[in-house]
Amino acid sequence: MTPSPTADVTSLPDDPFSVANITDPYPMLTRLRENGPVTWLEKYGVYAVAGFEEVYEVLTDFETYCSSGGLGPHDIREDEGWRPPSILESDPPTHTVMRRALTGVINPSTVRALREPFTPPAEELADELVTRGEFDVVKDLAEKYPLRVFPDAVGIPEDGREHLLPYGNMVFNAFGPKNEILDRAFANADEHSAAIMQNCARENLDSTGFGARIWDRVHDGMLTPEQATLLVRALLSAGVDTTVFGIGNTLKCLSQSPQAWATLRDNPALAKFAVDEALRLESPFQKFHRTTTAAGTLGGVDIPANSKILLLTGAANRDPRQWHDNADDYDIERRASGHVAFGMGLHQCVGQPIARLEMELVLKALATRVERIEPAGEPVPIVHNSLRGFESIPVKVVPRS
Amino acid sequence: MSVLRARTREVVVDRVERVAEDVVSLVLVNPDGSPFPAWEPGSHVDLHLGEEHVRQYSLCSSPTDLSHLRIAVLNVPDSRGGSRWVHENIRPRDTVPISEPRNNFPIKDSRKYLFLAGGIGITPIIPMIEWAHAAGKEWQLVYGGRSRDSMAFGDRLRDEYGDRVRLVPEDESGRMDLQAILGLPRAHMLVYACGPTGMLRTVEDLCMGWPPGALHTEKFAATALGTASAAEPFDVDLVRSGKTVRVPTDRTILEAVEDVGVRVLSSCRHGLCGTCETTVVSGDPEHRDAVLPQQDRDSGDMMMICVSRAAAGCRRLALDL
Ligand code: FES
Repeated sequence: MTPSPTADVTSLPDDPFSVANITDPYPMLTRLRENGPVTWLEKYGVYAVAGFEEVYEVLTDFETYCSSGGLGPHDIREDEGWRPPSILESDPPTHTVMRRALTGVINPSTVRALREPFTPPAEELADELVTRGEFDVVKDLAEKYPLRVFPDAVGIPEDGREHLLPYGNMVFNAFGPKNEILDRAFANADEHSAAIMQNCARENLDSTGFGARIWDRVHDGMLTPEQATLLVRALLSAGVDTTVFGIGNTLKCLSQSPQAWATLRDNPALAKFAVDEALRLESPFQKFHRTTTAAGTLGGVDIPANSKILLLTGAANRDPRQWHDNADDYDIERRASGHVAFGMGLHQCVGQPIARLEMELVLKALATRVERIEPAGEPVPIVHNSLRGFESIPVKVVPRS
Repeated sequence: MSVLRARTREVVVDRVERVAEDVVSLVLVNPDGSPFPAWEPGSHVDLHLGEEHVRQYSLCSSPTDLSHLRIAVLNVPDSRGGSRWVHENIRPRDTVPISEPRNNFPIKDSRKYLFLAGGIGITPIIPMIEWAHAAGKEWQLVYGGRSRDSMAFGDRLRDEYGDRVRLVPEDESGRMDLQAILGLPRAHMLVYACGPTGMLRTVEDLCMGWPPGALHTEKFAATALGTASAAEPFDVDLVRSGKTVRVPTDRTILEAVEDVGVRVLSSCRHGLCGTCETTVVSGDPEHRDAVLPQQDRDSGDMMMICVSRAAAGCRRLALDL
């Protein structure tokens, strides 16, 4: 049975998960935003919201728009789902317990302590790339740096780290429909899942990382062993791909904006603002679903209970009503604060400060060494159900004299 | 530490009433009977009790009736003398200097409210409830105290608002079960809590699972005992940019700093994500965020400038900006 929409909503035939719309998403997102506060997507039988105001409303009203139905288009409570639900797929009070345990482990003070160990690898990589002069931002930097520093911070073994990227790829692709993109991501699903679960087990984590700190909460009686495993898994799956995409997207924006690079080069302390604006403009995490718990109205449109809503956060972050007429421009002078690239409200990303730190350090290292950066070919977008990123971003750099 | 003399007015104590065990309420009027300036729920006044004693008390009368102001004073036996002095010396028709009402605990607009009061912490909550009720908001009050007799205005609130008010006298029903009350976060519900430090610590802890910005507290014990207060404007020296900005009571440090063109990264702007963390070069911050761990609060080296302010008695902060 295909669900049918309520009377007062306009439907569109657009497919946010088609290869064409994934590789060039913004014309379609603009169309959805301009169509009205809520759009019925015929192809999937779900509601979609693309305006900042509505996206913000759904993100912050976790009672009406729950997460335990899963972030994909399919209600994971109706069947088993492909894995036990993570913190992202949970509601209070289960969510509350896990969130409190996580914020006890990842907080300003524990993240501040990472600055020192995270800096030298960023500088070494930057030195190497500048000497090379021409490189691929994705392969040679974005995929390398987080994998060099983040798994150590969590404290997982060296063995099996090659499964991190493919596993994240599965997790985030599963927030979209069952299409070929998803099938491809799940090609070696069992092998990747098993390897990741094994890395999350207490005995395999080193004693100093975030993973072990999470397991300490089991000792305190705050978490069950199962919850601890799931939280370590959540850190691993949420903390790698998104940061890889974040670094890539930031450098793509900067390589296409010589003016912005010049400003940054003259003042590398602006790196964190350059990152924040790139997160707004090319948000790595673009879209996911919520499920309504009760009938209600959103943007004046009636929505029944148990409906799936597709949140287009990447579109909200370009809504001209929020970001003005130049919403589609990369402007590092802009106050991008308040964008929803990390979500908002209850589920706002716990790892946000770590991701920001990694991105800032990489960019700072480059800004102090590079006079000019420019494209050395067209960036190749990645075909992905929920993330926005690139397979390759070839660039040329001119070192600072 | 010098106490900056705020503008004061002489008011007459119209009535002194015992409203609970160890609590007296003072009704204050202008000598010429004229109305007081408008004030908002959450406001307090400083009571000047001689040169050295300046104490802050939340207003618990109705902001819609400006003919008088009402405060309630708990006799704290081991306090530095302010509350005992009030209890022992203030009589009807006495004159006392008070400051203009100032608001350190403003109520923000939302759809639903949960009010939590412990003991004398009920005072700022009373006008908040009146406002929320009149505005047709969904609200609830849970009010705990040692015993029914010690809980000022408890019965009155129960009579007036019925089931929305839950009284939890410890000797009858045990302590407020904050875990049960706050265990389940609610969307669009703001929590306003006022009471003893221990209770607020627990509330802060439990509210970590709530959405950013849900919890609002006034650390009554701390501010009531402070002299000059965090409700005063203060100056911030931006060490790296060589600028100084004044932070008025109704703006955050973050906003004041942005106003002079200095950029600070921020995200939630509610003290919950840690993005606006700033190094304190000198001065004492009063932390109002929910992310900084205790050891960082104690050291005073870092602060979240989207919500935190200068501490009572600190007129100047220097920040690494
Ligand atoms: S901006 Fe989030 S803590 Fe200040």
